[in-house]
Amino acid sequence: MIEFEDVTYGYGGAPLLADVSLRLAPGSFHFLTGPSGAGKTTLLKLCYGELIASQGRVTLFGQDARTMTRDDVAMMRRRIGVVHQDQQFLDHLSVVENLSLPLTVSGRTTPQGDLEELIRWVGLENQAQAHPPELSGGERQRAALARAIVMSPEVILADEPTGNVDWEMSLRLLKLMVELNKMGKTIMIATHDLNLIRSAKQQVQARVLRISNHRLQLAGADL
Amino acid sequence: MNRLSGLLQLITGDAQADRVVPPTGFTARLTLFASAAMAFLTVFALALSLATGRLAENWSSALAHSSTIRVSAPEGQVEAQVLAVMDVLETTPGIADARVLTDDEQRRLLEPWFGPDLPLDTLPVPRLIEVTETAEGYDAAGLRARLAGEAPGAVLDDHTRWREPLVRAADRLRMLGLVSILLIAATTAVMITLAASAALAANAQVIRVLRLVGARDAYIARAFVRRYTLRALTGAAVGTALGMVAILLLPKADATGTFLTGLGFQGPGWLWPLTIPPLAAVVAFAATRRAAFATLRERS
Repeated sequence: MIEFEDVTYGYGGAPLLADVSLRLAPGSFHFLTGPSGAGKTTLLKLCYGELIASQGRVTLFGQDARTMTRDDVAMMRRRIGVVHQDQQFLDHLSVVENLSLPLTVSGRTTPQGDLEELIRWVGLENQAQAHPPELSGGERQRAALARAIVMSPEVILADEPTGNVDWEMSLRLLKLMVELNKMGKTIMIATHDLNLIRSAKQQVQARVLRISNHRLQLAGADL
Repeated sequence: MNRLSGLLQLITGDAQADRVVPPTGFTARLTLFASAAMAFLTVFALALSLATGRLAENWSSALAHSSTIRVSAPEGQVEAQVLAVMDVLETTPGIADARVLTDDEQRRLLEPWFGPDLPLDTLPVPRLIEVTETAEGYDAAGLRARLAGEAPGAVLDDHTRWREPLVRAADRLRMLGLVSILLIAATTAVMITLAASAALAANAQVIRVLRLVGARDAYIARAFVRRYTLRALTGAAVGTALGMVAILLLPKADATGTFLTGLGFQGPGWLWPLTIPPLAAVVAFAATRRAAFATLRERS
């Protein structure tokens, strides 16, 4: 699905990621960890075509990311749900309109019942008509997750999805991710919350990757 | 086929897609005002162009088929030379009619300069012969040569030296009117491009989110293009209507009317201004589309 071969990426000549090789197999669950500024967000952006590798090759659904046109990238993103670090909503639209945005832009429709079920699943049935600025941090994260999966994507990438929420909400979001993985979705979560990773490993078989000194490594048994 | 479906989508619109871009108050008002003002000016440029076209045609046809022969000769020879000229004209191909102006007619011609009591018989005023050509016209050079032989005091004036500069000036005015319309269209395009670019820059976050959820450039561009095209169409419709009313209120042309009183539309000419709003929409469509794709390319 997503494959990195000796990928290097740097800003202004200094490498942030060096010789990264990675393969996200269908149905797999990955955590990506590392200190702040290690390159977790950059690696995720490489996964959904927001950035292009300086060296090496990133293959997204069988296509070399370097050869993708902007339309190719748009079509590819309909197969990847992204839960962004800062959520990124359109504040002038209601929650339900934001959730259905991926459907709107791709010209698809979904039965109203399915959308309501999704909103209930993330526990936002009372906030459906509210606007994003009116939501709490946890509600925004759940709304972002709902928007990421509304197109039933094959891959879900989440960047610090529990960054702004309390532990209880973190566990609730994790539970939703685990449920999605059990439905066959490939999941990759970038987080520096080691407790969250430990909790997840009790529920699902997850691979933990760590970025250290610009390189990607498999994390130790302590995780 | 794709272009056709794209145009249909643009016209019919998509309520949900329209809502994706938040309302942009300032640029909306700017586009409406600019389109209305430009359409108003275009109506006048069009009226000027059409009026000068009519004027050039009138001058050209009115003066093209008439000539004047002026006979100046020593006292006692004038009448003989006038008769000689008339004889020449009778046998000249291309002459439909020729007649000697009466004293009264000549007095009326000179009245603006010399007053009503001009003693025409005591002054050496040349006699004038009005010549009307056939549709085929006559050979001016040949006629001049014959007149020089038969009536040396006769001078042929075929109005060429009057007609040509007038027609040339009218043609130039018409051309200037058309150039003005093109300049107005270009200025409209520039202003709409600036307004659309400002709106695109102000909506960088919207573009980022739309791309994140898989929107293609064509979808994002369409949301902006549709909005600006409709604004330009609305503004131009208002400006055109106001321009047409203003033209309608101009003083009417009459038989002695000058160029200014003749400025306006006549008959089917009133249909021309109706093409301004759709053309403004086409200009806005092209300008916004170009600005949108350029911005999206820069942001990729």
